[in-house]
Amino acid sequence: MRVEDRALRVVLAEDSVLLREGLIALLARFGHEVVAAVGDADALLTAVADHTPDVVVTDVRMPPGFQDEGMKAAVRLRTERPSLPVLVLSQYVQRTYASELLDSGDGSGVGYLLKDRVGQVEEFHAALQEVASGGTVVDPEVVRRLIRRRRDPLERLTPREREVLGLVAEGKSNNAIARQLVVSEAAVGKHIGSILAKLDLPPAEETHRRVLAVLTYLRA
Amino acid sequence: MNRDKGEVGQALPSLSAWADGRGTAAASTVIRMRLPTVRQALAHPRYLLTAWPWRAAGYLLSSAPVGLSVLVVLLVGVVVGGVLAVVLVGLPLLVVLALSGLPVAALERRRLRLVDSRPARSPHRMPDGPGPVVWARTRFREPATWRELGFALVLGTVLWPLDLLVAGVVLGVPMTLLGTPLVMATVGGGEEVRVLKLWLATSWPQAFAAAAVGLLMLAVSGYVLGAVAAGRAELTRVLLVPADPERRERVAELVRSRVRLVDAFEAERRRIERDLHDGAQQRLVALSMILGLARLDAPPGPLADQLAKAHDEAGKALAELRDLIQGIHPKVLADHGLVPAVADAADRSVVPVDVTLDLPGRLPEEVEAAAYFVVCEALTNIGRHSGASRAEVTGRHQGGLLALEVRDDGRGGADAGRGSGLTGLADRVSVLDGTISLSSPPGGPTLLRVEIPCEWRTEHCA
Repeated sequence: MRVEDRALRVVLAEDSVLLREGLIALLARFGHEVVAAVGDADALLTAVADHTPDVVVTDVRMPPGFQDEGMKAAVRLRTERPSLPVLVLSQYVQRTYASELLDSGDGSGVGYLLKDRVGQVEEFHAALQEVASGGTVVDPEVVRRLIRRRRDPLERLTPREREVLGLVAEGKSNNAIARQLVVSEAAVGKHIGSILAKLDLPPAEETHRRVLAVLTYLRA
Repeated sequence: MNRDKGEVGQALPSLSAWADGRGTAAASTVIRMRLPTVRQALAHPRYLLTAWPWRAAGYLLSSAPVGLSVLVVLLVGVVVGGVLAVVLVGLPLLVVLALSGLPVAALERRRLRLVDSRPARSPHRMPDGPGPVVWARTRFREPATWRELGFALVLGTVLWPLDLLVAGVVLGVPMTLLGTPLVMATVGGGEEVRVLKLWLATSWPQAFAAAAVGLLMLAVSGYVLGAVAAGRAELTRVLLVPADPERRERVAELVRSRVRLVDAFEAERRRIERDLHDGAQQRLVALSMILGLARLDAPPGPLADQLAKAHDEAGKALAELRDLIQGIHPKVLADHGLVPAVADAADRSVVPVDVTLDLPGRLPEEVEAAAYFVVCEALTNIGRHSGASRAEVTGRHQGGLLALEVRDDGRGGADAGRGSGLTGLADRVSVLDGTISLSSPPGGPTLLRVEIPCEWRTEHCA
């Protein structure tokens, strides 16, 4: 599923110069090219139009209002260019922000990570690759928050199935989930099949159904 | 202001400025505060050495000419006006007579200064316009005018004779006794003198003993005069001086300043949140990133282990900082409003919480903030003390009132006054004219209700 080590052309939007420079260096370290690094939402939209990047990485809070301009720009990009992968870096654990992003478009090729995560450079890189190749990634911290809630559509799932779904939401492959839970990949596949059935997701291409399952999970 | 003066005055060790009652004598002392009334002066050990007893006597004695004049003017006015009223000429005179309380009251307020140096304002307001007719109309409509007329009647008939009687007896008796030796030497021819028409002093020692008793009585009189004058002044003040007109204004100003304080407090929270976000948080993320990159290149060994530790710590600091910022000013509240913010608070709650908020629009920022923090505090308390297994947050906006309820199925017995953060939040809600009520019988359930009057934000009303 994942295109390993594919060099990506990235448009980066981050108003803090310190982090912008840091992210450029980080992405360069993994062989990606930042074709444009901008400091506000309007410049982001322009840069995307100019460069047609492989993936967009953007901060939520940016000038001029320092509200959620970055998120609004990301949602707009998702609506205007549904095929453009967008990874949003955020300071907010609240699911409202994650839902707002994931509800835009069909939920594929999109990621919501806490800013702290860029410190976990390899995790961050893996998430970026996942998003760039059409996957869905939600920050583990946000997912953890959600697990603690009672969510009606998911009540039919067994605790194990919920655990697996949580890991799917974090953007993990079947293989990675199997390793983490110390079970066989086939067992994971069986769990996922059962989850998809219980959530009444229409039969379709498996990746797409996974994404839908994650959305159900987040919206619940 | 007055109260302060009094307190400071009573604490004074020196009486020089105080004794004068105006603070002009003994200018060598730095003390300029003084006791404002004879009533407060009475309590002072050196009262008799001050001007206050004399002022009290002056106050009571000067009541007589004023009262007598009032009586004469009123009597003459009524008689003449009454007689002339038959031919209609007297009617205007009677009308003018009805206003006679005004100058009397003005004079009484001035006389009040003898024993009470606190300001005594007129209760009358500015006339509605220029001209004597407008002035008269304004005055006739004021209750103070009629109260003053009543006071003038009482002064003319009862008060001044009483004042005179008290002052006469209280001063007259000791003065007479004091004068005994003098009378003996002159009228009595050194033989005998009748003291107070009661008994006969037939020797010089007896005469001087009477004088000594008079001196003692004079000391007592000083106090009696002070007490009576204080009572008389208090009566005058109650009837003729409006209750501090500044008080209402001060209350309004207090309310305004309280609102400003809460606003300033909110603004400060937002500023701190922004500063932490723009400063410490970004730097920590950058630090964490640098450490993460360094770990990639570090060969396995003790250095890599130390790097990993440092990296972990940076991560923990970031998580803590994130929670801190969230607690100071939740961004989700500012960006998305009360519903998602409360849902997030419910997400963080240890006890499972059902949230049903029927709030389709955005409410004023300060209302959202107050309601949000009340819900947070309530959920925290539920998690800590209630032993509840479920909690519920419901809310709606109806008829210009936001009503939120937080209930749980815990053991109850919660006390809003006992050290919980709810007291502070109740203050915050009351600034918005809202209320918090808590019902928590032993055994539960606990229900907390917060109501804040407010309207939707205009941009969402359209």
